[in-house]
Amino acid sequence: MPKMNLSHFEAAVLFALFASIVLGVVTKRTDNERLRYGVRTFVYFIVALIGLGWLMYLGHG
Amino acid sequence: MSAKQVKEEKVDTPPLSAWAPAVGLGWLIPGGGHFLLKRPGRGGLLFFCVFSMFILGLMMRGAMFQPQTGDILTTIIYCGGFIGDLASGLLYLLATWLGYNQPDVAGHVHDYGTKFLVAAGLLNILAMVDAYEIAVRKKD
Repeated sequence: MPKMNLSHFEAAVLFALFASIVLGVVTKRTDNERLRYGVRTFVYFIVALIGLGWLMYLGHG
Repeated sequence: MSAKQVKEEKVDTPPLSAWAPAVGLGWLIPGGGHFLLKRPGRGGLLFFCVFSMFILGLMMRGAMFQPQTGDILTTIIYCGGFIGDLASGLLYLLATWLGYNQPDVAGHVHDYGTKFLVAAGLLNILAMVDAYEIAVRKKD
């Protein structure tokens, strides 16, 4: 199996994408709610990712 | 609510035969429980996500956890990680049977790989819970 090299950002975005899809599928009751929840969760993941990234960058000095 | 009603609700647990096949198949094949319960769209999405996360974890050369005991943190991390890995079902069993044995080495890619492998199993647990709820008619 080929070895894959991803940056922190790429790996975290892929993680967020798959986790959001599953959370959307299993959490809500209608397809519309699932789609909205999945997208919202993904956006939250990305906002947290970028926010924490900046926090660590600024905290590091 | 009378005491009799409360008692009736307590004993009203769904029979094993109603949910065990869907949950068991869902463990072995991610999304399989949903296919069994005639929810192919959701089953397909769950399979795609869990399978992709697991394969990406392998491609990043993530390590599989082996159960270890010791102090509380070691027990939680290693036993919990092992349960997470095992929850991927056939994907985990095939990978270990085919000889995948990556040692835990330093580096962010390996580290992400380890997390992807565990997270694939944890997402599959969510899928199994969903299959259970569909099987016992708690949701559509």
